Parts: sequence; structure tokens; C-alpha cells
Amino acid sequence: MSVTVLLFASYADAFGSPSVSLEIAPGATVADVLAACRQHPGGDRLPAAPMVAVNQRYAAVSTPVHAGDEVALIPPVAGG
Amino acid sequence: MTIDGRLVRESIDPSALVREVARSAHGAIVLFLGVVRDVNDGRAVAGIEYTAYEAMACSELRAIAREAADRFGSSDVLIVHRLGELSLEDASVGIAVAHAHRDEAYALSRWTIEQLKRRVPIWKQEHYVDGTRDWVDPSGRSVAGVTP
Repeated sequence: MSVTVLLFASYADAFGSPSVSLEIAPGATVADVLAACRQHPGGDRLPAAPMVAVNQRYAAVSTPVHAGDEVALIPPVAGG
Repeated sequence: MTIDGRLVRESIDPSALVREVARSAHGAIVLFLGVVRDVNDGRAVAGIEYTAYEAMACSELRAIAREAADRFGSSDVLIVHRLGELSLEDASVGIAVAHAHRDEAYALSRWTIEQLKRRVPIWKQEHYVDGTRDWVDPSGRSVAGVTP
């Protein structure tokens, strides 16, 4: 299935895009999405354990990802 | 009752924030402003551009306001974060909290800004006087590997 991953700030710069579309297997988790992102050009610049949000909530690497979910890689936040 | 979190693009008006949380039941209002500073990590800063994952940032700001109100027993917590290009001395964040008593109001204010810094998906790119730019991470260092 196809999943679109939103990218922001330094990660968007690393990938050269504000989002990437990935093919992942049904039953995939956040860990699988991260592994697919690392294969993408620029993905080697991700840190070892980036924060991820699924449907606008922080998610663990074990969180399942379904078709149509909004997945986002969250760089170190720096508000304030 | 005002328990809210907002993203704005215009300048933050501190007195408007205070007016929104003021009630006759509150004996204390604490206003926190985060402002753009001229030096970070030894580099001369000219300005900062703030960006966000806007939908999630908004929901996180609102969640923090609700949690703060519940945790400290307040009916009025307002968090406003500005996005876009900011100049030195511009306020990037304004937090107005009110409580019957000052001890709780101070604690509420402090807790709220610390949660914001930890959780809300907002990023800042500092623009330096020498013309360079860098994304900044929470500890104040530039993010490794993405400097142009």
C-alpha cells in the first residue's frame, strides 16, 4: 500500500521535498515506514530514532500504519 | 473561560492576552513572552523564521492548555505561538495564565512553556548577521548535517 510521509524543517531539506510517497506492505508499522524512508534519497541523514506522528499524534515504532494514515517525521522541535 | 492554543502570523499583543484570561475570581495573572534574542550559541542573530506542522501544533497547544488548566486548577490558560519571519525583540510565544493565587499561576506558566518546548511541532531557522541560516534544535545547537 502507498503511504505519504510529511517532512518538515531540516528533514524536508534533507529529502529535498515536503513529503515522500512510499510503498509499504499491509500490516506495516512505524518502524517499517522509517526503514523505507532511510532507503529514499536523503534518508541517510535521518537520526537513529526520529520522532514520528501518525494522524497528528506522536507514535511508537510499533504503531501500525494503515492506508490513508497521515504519517509525519518530526525533527527536534524548537518552539518558544 | 479561555483554555486555548493558537498559531498566529501577526505580532502578539500582550495586553490582549491578559484581557482574555482576566476574571474577577483570579488574584494572579502571569504573562510569559518568548522573544527573539540577538545571540545564540555565540552567533549574532538577525532574525528567526518559525514554521510548524500546523494542524498538529494547534492540537498540541490546545492539549497543553487543557492539561495545564486541569493540573493546576485554573479556568484560563491561553497559549499563542507566532509563525513566519520574526525580527529581534519580536515575541514568538505568549502565554497568559490566571489563577486565584500567585504560586499556582507561576507554576502553571512555567509548566506550560516547558511542555510547549518539549512537544509542539514547531521549528525555527535562525538567520545570522553573516547571512547564513541554520535550523536549531532544542538544546540550541544547529542540527547536524543539514547546513547548506
